[in-house]
Amino acid sequence: MPRIVVDVMPKPEILDPQGKAIAGALPRLGLTGFTGVRQGKRFELTVDGDVTPEVLEQARTAAATLLSNPVIEDVTRVEVLPEA
Amino acid sequence: MEILGRRPTAAELAMYSVMWSEHCSYKSSKVHLSQFGEKVTDKMKEHLLVGIGENAGVVDIGEGWAVTFKVESHNHPSFVEPYQGAATGVGGIVRDIISMGARPVAVMDPLRFGAIDHPDTARLVHGIVSGIGGYGNSLGLPNIGGELVFDSVYQGNPLVNALAVGVMRHEDIRLANASGTGNKVVLFGARTGGDGIGGASVLASESFDADKPSKRPAVQVGDPFAEKVLIECCLELFKASVVEGIQDLGAAGISCATSELASNGDGGMHVELTNVLLRDPTLTPGEILMSESQERMMAVVTPENVEAFEAIMAKWNVEYSWLGEVTGTGRLVIDWAGETIVDVDPKTVAHEGPVYHRPFHRPEWQDQLQADSFAETRPFGSDAVKKAMLELMASPNMCDKSWVTNQFDRYVQGNTALAMPDDAGVIRVDETTGLGVAISTDANGRYAYLDPYEGARLALAESYRNVATSGATPLAVSDCLNFGSPEDPEVMWQFAEAVRGLADGCRELGIPVTGGNVSLYNQTGGVAIHPTPVVGVLGVFDDVARRTPSGWREDGQAIYLMGVTRDELDGSEFANLHGHLGGRPPAVDLKTEKLLGELLVNASRDGMIDAAHDLSEGGLAAALSEMALRFGVGARIGLDEACERDGVDLFTMLFSESQSRAVVAVARSEEVRFKDMCGARGYAHMRIGVVDTEIEALDFQGHFSLPLSELKEAYEGTLPKHFG
Repeated sequence: MPRIVVDVMPKPEILDPQGKAIAGALPRLGLTGFTGVRQGKRFELTVDGDVTPEVLEQARTAAATLLSNPVIEDVTRVEVLPEA
Repeated sequence: MEILGRRPTAAELAMYSVMWSEHCSYKSSKVHLSQFGEKVTDKMKEHLLVGIGENAGVVDIGEGWAVTFKVESHNHPSFVEPYQGAATGVGGIVRDIISMGARPVAVMDPLRFGAIDHPDTARLVHGIVSGIGGYGNSLGLPNIGGELVFDSVYQGNPLVNALAVGVMRHEDIRLANASGTGNKVVLFGARTGGDGIGGASVLASESFDADKPSKRPAVQVGDPFAEKVLIECCLELFKASVVEGIQDLGAAGISCATSELASNGDGGMHVELTNVLLRDPTLTPGEILMSESQERMMAVVTPENVEAFEAIMAKWNVEYSWLGEVTGTGRLVIDWAGETIVDVDPKTVAHEGPVYHRPFHRPEWQDQLQADSFAETRPFGSDAVKKAMLELMASPNMCDKSWVTNQFDRYVQGNTALAMPDDAGVIRVDETTGLGVAISTDANGRYAYLDPYEGARLALAESYRNVATSGATPLAVSDCLNFGSPEDPEVMWQFAEAVRGLADGCRELGIPVTGGNVSLYNQTGGVAIHPTPVVGVLGVFDDVARRTPSGWREDGQAIYLMGVTRDELDGSEFANLHGHLGGRPPAVDLKTEKLLGELLVNASRDGMIDAAHDLSEGGLAAALSEMALRFGVGARIGLDEACERDGVDLFTMLFSESQSRAVVAVARSEEVRFKDMCGARGYAHMRIGVVDTEIEALDFQGHFSLPLSELKEAYEGTLPKHFG
């Protein structure tokens, strides 16, 4: 069954405590090649049947209203996942 | 331009605009707030170590210990982004406490939301409650009480107030000033980012309007773990005496910290803004000055201590950057990439902001409102009164709050002696002697709407009574004054009256206001909230072991009602349930209130009472229900004699909200002493019942019996039904 993937990231100007914690932990593991980490989240919405434009629009609405908090987060991707 | 004698730079404009905003300069409220200073006597200042004007007031509680506490608002940010708004509200008030040199030991949160069944209320309740829990619990601070009120006037403008309390030894008190030419200025903690730019001026100084396009998001995201490190790191700095002055960064960020530190000191300050560590390198100097990024502090360090300071920062893994130094020029100079972008007299930024004498007048509708007394048919007869009592205890404002308080950690650190649902939060300060403090916050927006002057005094009276009921001697006051737009003369009148009432009340009770916060522009689409002066009272215990809990337990103990009941239903919770708001709030006599407080504290100290609960919203009906439900123990109650003495019927006896009353449970062996004490001081008291561990009901003899199971079901069901 097809899936729609939604990526959500904290807005660039907003503090990301989780990313900051990871950035702090990397050098402790000897992984020194990075200057910053930002952590977002990914959702996969499974669709029963074809992904029609209506369904994709619903996914966009869900992304904007439920899956992300528009005050502090941006939706960076709403895409149909290629079938494996 | 008159101040500078030239055109201001963009950065200077940014600085003046945030610092002269309502939130930072108190420009509308200053002329009224001065009463808190003027109406203070030397006697009241006896225990005051630091008064209004610093980050928070400090009170001497004896044995070399001092306590600092303050309540602040975070109303507007919490409406925009409930979780982060409420969380950073806790973070901000905690940093105020740290910057006084104290270790934060507890927080409290008075909360006000719109109608419980409005669709938007659930969004705000969930976000705000979990935000407070998320930040406070992560810091490891117990949340020991607060308030939860639902009223449609707060629909578009919830009130999220946060109180924090900290303790320190006398010698550890730190002040926010930068003195000593050549001393270094350092910024430490989190990096500066683009969050919350202009938050103070934009959000807290304008009303919401649904039609306008949203302004640039002025939301800050909190990081409680960074704050926890900052707390420990600051306490170590204090212990090692390496900082001369310290200031937290809150509203207006670096603008506020540099100008306040410099103007409270004796000289000037020179700062190189390019040294600020940034999270976002694209920020303009103006944005850096105004950013409200959380978990940052600014300190002044002598050159000799620089090394020691850096060692402590390294130990706690806290980032810091040296921004500049204290100068003797009397100017605050800020450079950016080799160019001077700010050159001002810091006093003009921090203290000499505009002072508005805003016009105010008594609203024309006030007389009509006060004439509209509660005249609806009152429940008559046993069945009707019983039904009314169940309705009252299930109502949004009277019901069990544990759905909220269970999300907060109340006992972490192991020093909480009392917390919600008891009358006041009690925290032990000294583990060896048991010395401790009790705090309560209260306000009743309906009372204040009916009469702002009396409403403020009623809030003070209730908070004072709550602290005394727990057994502590009240010492000091902090307030958070939540009002509508000061540009509305009628709102301004409410504000002026409330401040006058609170200042007069404090003088009558002999306890000073030590600090607080004013939140204006709490309105949506031109409709203001009820005036809501939240009053926090702090009291001291010589030993928290003798605290008085709010529920009875021992079979056979006598139940006494202290004080007299008048027909005072205007503004009451019962009237509210029936959609009525009019008339005059209950009369309050603070001399009587003070006497009741003394009796309750003495009774606690001499071990006469085993339980006590004050009477406030919901009157005797609510007090008896809560006392019985506290430990699930019933009682036989006879009110006929009290009704006859006070000339009221059973319904009025149970639902009136007359002030200066409390219910206490007295051990059999102490009854004579208790009666003698009340008699000697001429305080009305009457035996109204006896604790009965067998019956599992509140049995109003000759009228009706209310099984505790039925009462409990009504009381506990409401919040889970709406938010569970």
